[in-house]
Amino acid sequence: MSQSPSPPLYPHRHLLGISDLSRWDIELLLDLADAAVPLSRQPEKKKSSLRGRTQINLFFEASTRTQASFELAGKRLGADVMNMSVASSSVKKGETLVDTAMTLNAMRPDILIIRHQSAGAAALLAQKVGCSVVNAGDGAHEHPTQALLDALTIRRKKGDLARLVVAICGDILHSRVARSNIVLLNALGAEVRVVAPSTLLPAGIEKMGVIVASSMSEGLRNADVVMMLRLQRERMAGAFVPSVREYFRYFGLDAEKLKVARKDALVMHPGPMNRGVEISSEIADGPQSVIQEQVEMGVAVRMAVMEALLDPRRNAGGQTQ
Amino acid sequence: MTLRVFEGARIVDPSRGLDETGSVVVDGGIIAAAGAGAMNQGLPEGAQVTDCRGRTIMPGLVDARVFVGEPGGEHRETIASASLAAAAGGVTSIIMMPDTDPVIDDIALVEFVLRTARDTACVNVFPSAAITRRLQGREMTEFGLLREAGAVMLTDGRRTIESALMMRRALTYARDFGAVLAHETQDGSLSASGVMNEGLYASWLGLPGIPREAEAIPLERDLMLARLTGGAYHAAKISTAISAAAIGRAKADGANVTAAVSINNLTLNDHDVGAYRTFFRLSPPLRAEEDRLAMIEAIRDGTVDVIVSSHDPQDVDTKRLPFEDAAEGAIGLETLFGAALRIHHNGDLALSRLIELLSTAPAKLFGLPGGTLRPGAPADLAVIDLDEPWIVREADIRSRSKNTCLEGARLQGKVLQTLVAGRTVFAA
Repeated sequence: MSQSPSPPLYPHRHLLGISDLSRWDIELLLDLADAAVPLSRQPEKKKSSLRGRTQINLFFEASTRTQASFELAGKRLGADVMNMSVASSSVKKGETLVDTAMTLNAMRPDILIIRHQSAGAAALLAQKVGCSVVNAGDGAHEHPTQALLDALTIRRKKGDLARLVVAICGDILHSRVARSNIVLLNALGAEVRVVAPSTLLPAGIEKMGVIVASSMSEGLRNADVVMMLRLQRERMAGAFVPSVREYFRYFGLDAEKLKVARKDALVMHPGPMNRGVEISSEIADGPQSVIQEQVEMGVAVRMAVMEALLDPRRNAGGQTQ
Repeated sequence: MTLRVFEGARIVDPSRGLDETGSVVVDGGIIAAAGAGAMNQGLPEGAQVTDCRGRTIMPGLVDARVFVGEPGGEHRETIASASLAAAAGGVTSIIMMPDTDPVIDDIALVEFVLRTARDTACVNVFPSAAITRRLQGREMTEFGLLREAGAVMLTDGRRTIESALMMRRALTYARDFGAVLAHETQDGSLSASGVMNEGLYASWLGLPGIPREAEAIPLERDLMLARLTGGAYHAAKISTAISAAAIGRAKADGANVTAAVSINNLTLNDHDVGAYRTFFRLSPPLRAEEDRLAMIEAIRDGTVDVIVSSHDPQDVDTKRLPFEDAAEGAIGLETLFGAALRIHHNGDLALSRLIELLSTAPAKLFGLPGGTLRPGAPADLAVIDLDEPWIVREADIRSRSKNTCLEGARLQGKVLQTLVAGRTVFAA
């Protein structure tokens, strides 16, 4: 067996956001994730690189796929995984986030996966606990593993992200997925466009490394990738957009609007989808959709991230965030 | 009575346009003389002399916006602990905000503050009183009785009065009693869930923003009502270029209008929020650098009359939280002058104008003794070294709460001694 050169070591202790990562960090994680994909496709899906390690999933916001994905990733690496259900925890009794985290920290976990409705919650936790912290979504700030799994999905289909045209469409204002993706795609050299009604764009968007398109036909023209974002129901009824039908008419993805994109354009969605609001079923289930692949890549990316943070053969033992 | 002489200092007294080397003679609790000619009669017999060569003496600072936890939040700050912090910062008079629990909206509460201050505080504590009962913006308080009991300012503290009619009536009625209405303006529907200045930086952090217009729209309304009623209106804490422009226009129209700015909005900007540092969550929020520069211009050209610390003690229970959930406010009494000197040392503002903004102007505006070294005035003064460098350390903070924006900051210029009515209340 020939000796391949050992991969470089991952230099960070936490994964709080894509904006903390260099291009090389991102590519290293994508390489590790790519290598992790086959494990989940074979009958025996378990390895032991994190055997004996304790992973706590601390989800303050309801989540099906992200929490399940982190749980499966941990279990496939051999870690002991505990899910903290916030509904039944002392958080409901008025305990603060930091106190909850300190209590869990005293039980000596190796990694905390946190999702919280407030931006910066993961960073706050990382300052207070002694273990690695992975941000599984903090308010409208970042959702780094989502951006990584999106990039892995694209890379496996397109080979490389450099010079690809990626259109991100929908509720950019409230979307942590959009922010993480904007940073990551720029780091890897893609051209990023955003398409949304102006009420759903954040202030200063034109300085965030994107091209702002005012219509789907403009934003999707010759795009290689079309990423749709979820529009939350409470934002549809007059607060940000007047109605679902008007939103779908101008910003929902259907076959007609997709026509101006490249023939081989990928259609992505981080889920959960609102069919008939931001995307038609015809497209969501159509040949260009890679939505199911995204879910599969999610498990691989989370395995890669946890190994990069916890496995001494992968991590440089650095103290940087 | 004891006679004390502070000799050979640079004496800065904006109330008399004085900036010269000289002495200050304190007779008991009163200033007997201050300036180059103070020793014309020779050294008074039996005087206790302090050599102040290389030092500067200024009237003690008058901080017109101080939030204290007493009554109701004594774990954050008491009147006594706030006064210790003030003394250490060269602040000899504070105006205490009414948003306590219970709210200071009744003469009994005004009397409580005055009594507690008399018994426990080492600086002058002047209560303000609410404009509306329980700060709810609906019913006026007893302006006349509150003034008579000792409230020097009427303000709803952190709250903005939503109703234009309420504000019109309050301005009209306050005129009869010569009372100044101080008002912080933020349109709650426009600022919505915002927690920091709206802009690119908030967008990257994923934090909801507060647009500048949320401050300026109710401010413009108030300024129109001030023109309409002739009432005395004080914009308690402005932070944006458009607010300063609005104040400038109202003043040009001859309206009875003044304005203040917090030291934070003069020395910090929204980038200081950094990685969700909750001590920098303030109201008004730290704005963009252009707005900070507009605030500097506004204190230079006289659009803004007063600088306040907006001292607002918050404990870990309200600050050690995610940014969006944390309370607003930062302490500032102890660092007010050191931070303000940054504006002087970097060449933006003459020292005498700075001291006017921090002492003489607020004293005059709210009718307080102090803010001057004029003979016969109370001996409220501070001896400072304009150049001594120091580092702000949490362990040295006298406030009960440690939520300073300046932890670890290097400041140039230190208060060495503070006198209130001739009594030394702080000595470094």
